[in-house]
Amino acid sequence: MNTFVINLVYLMLSTALLLSFVRMAKGPSLPDRVVALELIASIVAGIVGVHAIDTGVSSFLDVAIVLALTAFLAAIGFARFLERGGPRDD
Amino acid sequence: MTDLFVGFFLIFGAALMLLAAIGIIRLPDLPTRMHATTKSGALGTSLIMIGVAVYFADITVVTRVIAIIAFIILTAPVAAHVIGRAGYFVGVPLWEGTVKDDLQKNYDPETHSLSSGLEKPAPSKKSAKPNKRQK
Repeated sequence: MNTFVINLVYLMLSTALLLSFVRMAKGPSLPDRVVALELIASIVAGIVGVHAIDTGVSSFLDVAIVLALTAFLAAIGFARFLERGGPRDD
Repeated sequence: MTDLFVGFFLIFGAALMLLAAIGIIRLPDLPTRMHATTKSGALGTSLIMIGVAVYFADITVVTRVIAIIAFIILTAPVAAHVIGRAGYFVGVPLWEGTVKDDLQKNYDPETHSLSSGLEKPAPSKKSAKPNKRQK
């Protein structure tokens, strides 16, 4: 695979990761942080896919599966926590 | 030829994710941020996974990629719905330029009850009437 394309995609995904991390760090409320966390999980799944192409090891895709699953469960858990009115300190 | 397709899918998917990240940091409130992240984030991951499937062109990889894409498409709307609902119920402030809030007249922030706006006026009276006749 063309190294320029791989490096370009790494650069774009890393920038996206940085921007969403800024939102997660300064997000004014807890739901904003949860949304940023979900975006970070899907970006990392994309990075795992690019890394699988980069190294030629297709077993990395299992990591992407597990990551998508746990991100969904974390989002559901946080939403239930918010709706039940748990203690929170934004 | 394969490299061309793989590069197209990878760059397109990464560009969508970059767009989602720019949206989450630039847009003013929770629903608009979710509008930016949920759709383009899911499509970006799906496109990168399609690129992986085209690159490897192996039955085991293609099966796993289909599983990942199906899972993302099934779960992303559910997670977005649940987080948006919880965010509204918690009372996250909307952007000051918001022109329409359909839930405002149906949701009671004191009791946390959400009505559909289609309820009958007083359904308890109908069930009380037969009891009176029996007496």
